[in-house]
Amino acid sequence: MLRNDIPITPELVAEHGLKPDEYQRILDLIGREPTLTELGIFSAMWNEHCSYKSSKKWLKTLPTKGERVLIGPGENAGVVDIGDGQAVVFKMESHNHPSYIEPYQGATTGVGGILRDVFTMGARPIAAMNALRFGEPTHPKTHHIVSGVVAGVGGYGNSFGVPTVGGEVNFHRRYNGNCLVNAFAAGLLDADKIFLSEAKGVGMPVVYLGSKTGRDGIHGASMASAEFDDNSAEKRPTVQVGDPFAEKLLLEASLELMASGAVIAIQDMGAAGLTCSAVEMGAKGNLGLELNLDAVPCREPGMTAYEMMLSESQERMLMVLHPHLEQQAEAIFRKWGLDFAIVGQTTDTLRFVVKHHGEVMADLPIKDLGDQAPEYDRPWVEPKKLPVLDPAATRAPEDYRQALLDLLGSPNLSSRRWVWEQYDHLIQGNTVQRPGGDAAVVRVERPNGGKAKGLGFTCDVTPRYVEADPYEGGKQAIAESWRNLNAVGSRPIAVTDNLNFGNPERPEIMGQFVAALRGLGEACRALDMPIVSGNVSLYNETNGVAILPTPAIGAVGLMDDVTKTVGIAFDRDEDVVVLIGDTIGWMGQSSYLYELFGIEEGAPPPVDLAIEKKTGDFVRDAVIAGRLTAAHDLSDGGLLVALAEMAMAGKTGARILLPELDMPLHAFLFGEDQARYVVTASPAEASKLIVDAAMAGVPATAIGAVGGDALVIGEHLNVAVADLRDRHESWFPGYMSGV
Amino acid sequence: MKSAVLVFPGINRERDLARAFEVVSGVKSHMVWHTETELPDVDVVAIPGGFSYGDYLRCGAIAARSPIVDAVRRHAERGGYVLGICNGFQIVTEIGLLPGALMRNASLKFVCKEVRLRVDNATTAFTSAYAPGQVIRCPIAHGEGNYFADAETLARLEGEGRVVFRYCDAEGRTTDAADPNGSINHIAGILNERGNVLGMMPHPENLIESLQGGIDGRGLFESLAKVA
Repeated sequence: MLRNDIPITPELVAEHGLKPDEYQRILDLIGREPTLTELGIFSAMWNEHCSYKSSKKWLKTLPTKGERVLIGPGENAGVVDIGDGQAVVFKMESHNHPSYIEPYQGATTGVGGILRDVFTMGARPIAAMNALRFGEPTHPKTHHIVSGVVAGVGGYGNSFGVPTVGGEVNFHRRYNGNCLVNAFAAGLLDADKIFLSEAKGVGMPVVYLGSKTGRDGIHGASMASAEFDDNSAEKRPTVQVGDPFAEKLLLEASLELMASGAVIAIQDMGAAGLTCSAVEMGAKGNLGLELNLDAVPCREPGMTAYEMMLSESQERMLMVLHPHLEQQAEAIFRKWGLDFAIVGQTTDTLRFVVKHHGEVMADLPIKDLGDQAPEYDRPWVEPKKLPVLDPAATRAPEDYRQALLDLLGSPNLSSRRWVWEQYDHLIQGNTVQRPGGDAAVVRVERPNGGKAKGLGFTCDVTPRYVEADPYEGGKQAIAESWRNLNAVGSRPIAVTDNLNFGNPERPEIMGQFVAALRGLGEACRALDMPIVSGNVSLYNETNGVAILPTPAIGAVGLMDDVTKTVGIAFDRDEDVVVLIGDTIGWMGQSSYLYELFGIEEGAPPPVDLAIEKKTGDFVRDAVIAGRLTAAHDLSDGGLLVALAEMAMAGKTGARILLPELDMPLHAFLFGEDQARYVVTASPAEASKLIVDAAMAGVPATAIGAVGGDALVIGEHLNVAVADLRDRHESWFPGYMSGV
Repeated sequence: MKSAVLVFPGINRERDLARAFEVVSGVKSHMVWHTETELPDVDVVAIPGGFSYGDYLRCGAIAARSPIVDAVRRHAERGGYVLGICNGFQIVTEIGLLPGALMRNASLKFVCKEVRLRVDNATTAFTSAYAPGQVIRCPIAHGEGNYFADAETLARLEGEGRVVFRYCDAEGRTTDAADPNGSINHIAGILNERGNVLGMMPHPENLIESLQGGIDGRGLFESLAKVA
């Protein structure tokens, strides 16, 4: 066992991920050499994952306020008012590094962590999503990682009892050495019953709840702040192990305890466990905090203070309780079979004191641990712009039927049914729009009855676009989530961002980050979608190869009447198919070029936010007014893929009549111009809709009619919907079964 | 219809089930904690889905040894109705109120989707609102729903019309492709000899309102409401 008072060598400092100047900062702050436990505490508080030291400067530029925003970034999750005294709580967080090393456990603990963030605030989780990005399918590790991650996400969420209603799955060679697992969770609470981490009152008991502390996950947050190399598998012991059963008990016990009125402050033990949670509670409340580690429930004997302070054992909470309700609180936790121990108290010293076996193992200034963390203005370079591709200069397919089938059967555009059928997406009985459409919709009952509301949920980003132009790609991620929410009839109200990038110490990576955030911020402001929570994951690199820059967005929309929602399925014969928005045939970075020809060239489609706003408002209003029978946003694969998806969902075909084109046909059918939707409506309604669109300055063109069992475009394309489905549904199961 | 919904640690569809009872009968269910030893005065005891005790050891095995179980047994012996859904079905077989066992899905994966069920016995207290042979839609969500029983038990179940629900396709044909978990004889739900205990893997409680995509699950609760 390491003694607490060993000399702190430069090697030891480096092993803790601290740079020499950062260590000097520690010496200056405390005026002496730290103990081993103190060094561990600093390394936990000052790593990238917890301190946001490279990103903070730029995060501050994002719009985080809005009429509905009750709590913005800085707490466990953001809270947004949805009327009737209710609020939605949500956040997205990465668990990338652990998932690459140990896919099943990495994914489970990612899901567990984000659920805990949500119920720590007093909310019962009502929906989960996950944005997953894997290496190319032929890479030797990909199959294993996909299989483990999907099983892990399901294994945890299914058992916990939250519907997993949406998400994204992408494959690209740039994720060969670093997969991304971004987990989103949302919960519901009464707007006047939000629980925070700020401790209040001196001499109040600090209580440890949940599972016991073990030696797992020690230095997990530090691992998540370093690049990978060929020896990364040796980091397996830093991955934690999840127990959804314990989490379910913790949820029920925590909510019961909160309802009892005993809770003053609550913080879950996530990254850097006991250290981060205790420091945060004290620092936010302008209080000191003293921990007595002898009282911490441990899974194994002989754990040192250092180990206890850095353990990332899962399913644990720290609370400050009203002293006179302590016994009542303990009874609730005993009922649920969970550990309950008073492990410390609040003080007025502003010191963070850790005692073990009667000895002081750490005694640090509590505010400085967070406030004085290094903050960097990393050098960055403006990303270079790529030339705009001339659509006429891009390859036309030899056969449109084959091209469409190949696209629908490609790793990135094929059906994700194999994934979401492993997730319980129906539990709680509120799933109104199920996975497979633009956005999921979950019913929210009003507290006093009346027609139910709805919440829309979507995850979006197109990393290829962000790589090609981080600014436009950042805008596009927000714009796509905006469109997906509008298409189901929900008004976008707020977003959470999960910013996955490479090594920020490289100026070109930092340049991607800066430009992408500029784009995100601009789009959020224009579309009135404040960012209320989020997470930054940097150092996603292996042997110097970075991931595609991936600012994943989780967005939430609100419906006043959930029954008004529409899906993407072609529904009734003779309905008119209407293309909304302008098409010029943007081929740069298109799925068509990438999936069919392996080409990643040109500038990605630019996003005109004013047009997105106008178009989105028009479509959403039409959905809510009950004028449409289906609505679908156009994204990967463009118009033809969207039409095929609508046909497959409705098991019904359509006859498409081409308008006069001033671009090559393949650019019209596969171009990925933004701010576009396909909707369907009855013939009478469609005529009126097109007139209203013209009045609103929104381009709208009738391009065909629903009916038959094939998707037909004159002499160019005639393909049975059953054949589309076959190709679309077969890639994923085929790949996973090794066929 | 007075109903009790049992709550074990790790159960997670108790609210869904209680809601179904309330929507159909207008009466709130009693939620009964596993450490109780007496049941309230009810007609139906329902054991919901979930992962009682995390499915550790064996699905339903630990819950089947809870204090409340004796009361459930007595309730069944008195002729009271017992409905076990999903984990509830597993628990009911572990208690011994129904024969057979639920094994890991043949695919070895958890599966959540909508399937078709054929009502093979519409004369029971749980199914009288359905027509004989009716094909209904019903969600499933389980990793261990692969029903198995030995040949003798199976012959009795089949011979006595105690196979109440069977997985089938849209036309009512029982095929391997339409069976989501590999259950023997495509069995989705079975009845005890006396006809007062039903266990089934699918979740009719998640398809009782049009907003949920359909109301095919209502029939089960309406049937119970007629007799209870």
